[in-house]
Amino acid sequence: MPELSYREAVRDALSQAMRNDEDVFIMGEDIAEMGGSMGVTQGMLEEFGPDRVRNTPISEMAIVGSGIGAAIQGMRPVVEVMYEDFLTISMEQIVNQAAKHRYMSGGQLKVPLTIRTQGGAGWSPGAQHAQQVEAWFVGVPGLKVVFASTPSDVRGLLWSAIYDDNPVIFFEHRTLYGLKEELAEEIEPIPIGQARVHRQGEDVTVVATGRLVHEALAAAEEAGQQGVSVEVVDPRTLQPLDEDAIVASVKKTNRCVVAHEAVTRMGFGAEVAAVVQHQAFDWLDAPVERVGAKFTPLPFAPVMEEYVVPHATDVLEAIQKTVQRDGSS
Amino acid sequence: MAKVEQRRGLSDEALREFFREMLLIRRFEEKVEERFRAGELPGFLHVAIGQEAVAVGVCRALADGDVIASTHRAHGHTLAKGTHPNELMAELYGKLEGCSHGYGGSMHLYDVERGNLGANAVVGGGLPAIVGAALAFKFRGEPRVAVAFFGDGATNIGTFHESLNLAQLWGVPAVFVCEDNHWAESTPESQHSPIRDLSKRAEAFGMKSMKVDGQDVEEVNKVTARALKHARDGKGPVFLLCETQRLVGHYIGDPQVYRDKDELRRLQETSDPIELVREKLGLSDAEYEALDREVQELVDSSVDFAKAGTDPKPEDALKNVYA
Repeated sequence: MPELSYREAVRDALSQAMRNDEDVFIMGEDIAEMGGSMGVTQGMLEEFGPDRVRNTPISEMAIVGSGIGAAIQGMRPVVEVMYEDFLTISMEQIVNQAAKHRYMSGGQLKVPLTIRTQGGAGWSPGAQHAQQVEAWFVGVPGLKVVFASTPSDVRGLLWSAIYDDNPVIFFEHRTLYGLKEELAEEIEPIPIGQARVHRQGEDVTVVATGRLVHEALAAAEEAGQQGVSVEVVDPRTLQPLDEDAIVASVKKTNRCVVAHEAVTRMGFGAEVAAVVQHQAFDWLDAPVERVGAKFTPLPFAPVMEEYVVPHATDVLEAIQKTVQRDGSS
Repeated sequence: MAKVEQRRGLSDEALREFFREMLLIRRFEEKVEERFRAGELPGFLHVAIGQEAVAVGVCRALADGDVIASTHRAHGHTLAKGTHPNELMAELYGKLEGCSHGYGGSMHLYDVERGNLGANAVVGGGLPAIVGAALAFKFRGEPRVAVAFFGDGATNIGTFHESLNLAQLWGVPAVFVCEDNHWAESTPESQHSPIRDLSKRAEAFGMKSMKVDGQDVEEVNKVTARALKHARDGKGPVFLLCETQRLVGHYIGDPQVYRDKDELRRLQETSDPIELVREKLGLSDAEYEALDREVQELVDSSVDFAKAGTDPKPEDALKNVYA
């Protein structure tokens, strides 16, 4: 089996879909000759040509909006918004148009559009090139939201996003692009709405997304050495959310930590905590702990950036809090 | 350079049909106003009285398969694109038989089967999708054109500039129909645009522009046909500037405190597009009254149809969120 990086896995899903289906095409800023700001689409121009690998002007409203129009006509566009921060510019088209056309038309239209974007701290790009905004979109009925954390997940989920008949906001994490995994040549689609249990455990469930999945796995190793058995669950899709998988895990472990890189306040973890307390209240032995970024824009200086976003040590601390709560560790 | 296009006649029969359709739109919107004031229609409503010649002139030039995106002032475009008055009125009453099945309302009128991709309540919101629809036509080599309606007010928003730039850059078969009624809600053009000739904005992108008297349905139709041919022949998009007049307020009930009443009266007397066609056709009173009765009956029965329609169940609200 070939070894693919997360970056190559994204490219592989795009390329296989485009070989498979003339209705699939990609467009975005600098995606053609340059191969995208993160190198994801490198080589695709050579294979598919400039009509299907379309460089666009710096026009996020038109990039997303023209994707909507092509999708309404039955194509399956995948548009790239270079940084999550720039989703703010295309917000009107995503929230008022892509998400609502089907509803406002009483079911006459569908919008099979995939919007790929990426972000994430850890390389000091400063406040406008790294924030994590996935939670904003989870509150918009009509959108699906995916956030994959491994090469196999990103490939299988992107395939499903492309072939989903709804608009999907597809988040990639900048620091995961180099992560490698052996993958079969044939893509196995991963259903949207299905969580993945990365690690079985008995004492605490950590529900983590994006980069924090890997931080949680590191924290789980450390906790294991301290005698605490940690289960790590990655929802992978935030909308729809696999509530059953999360609740089943918490009912087994009786403790829950939620972890993501975005700010804690109004973060995705708040929704997970609400689901858990509502559906597994009687099983909980401790309050749900939340791990996320401190409530600041992302600072530039590396020492400040590292301080603001969460790491494995923060997840471990949260795990310890939940087990110390009732002294059962 | 944009130029005012020269006249070339339509047959009397065709012009008469345009007249009938404009009159239908007028009577429909008058009825909508009446029923709104009677408290029967939820939400709020924008009528396009005075702008009927643009809706009919443009839509009557379209081919089957061409698509439109409309605005918050959408009743005329929707009727002219072929939606039956019954389905439109039923939508305004929030019924399942409505053209958006009660999910849209006056500002979100859709009729996808007839090529109406939706009226948009966000000014300029529908323009980017028209570029994308046209891109899909180009990809597939289909001889179809995508048409966006929008007002002068929309030429100030970012989507207008991004969409025109992209459309021209990619040479997609789109026509951008600017219904320049000189008002952005209550704000006159002098307060929202530093230039009077909005076609300059399209020309700045290198886009072909055409100008037409939007009160003259025959002219609108003829120039639209030329614009559509340009787009359909693969020569790129066209900006079509229609000089028109909104002879009423922004919304039903708008007291128009911002508007010079004498000037409005003058426009109502001199620039009513329906009166202009009536004169051109030289209709006798009897002919006019017969046509008027015919469309009035259609409108009246659309109200009966709508009132007899099916109310959605409250929980129907949960449908159609996802495909």
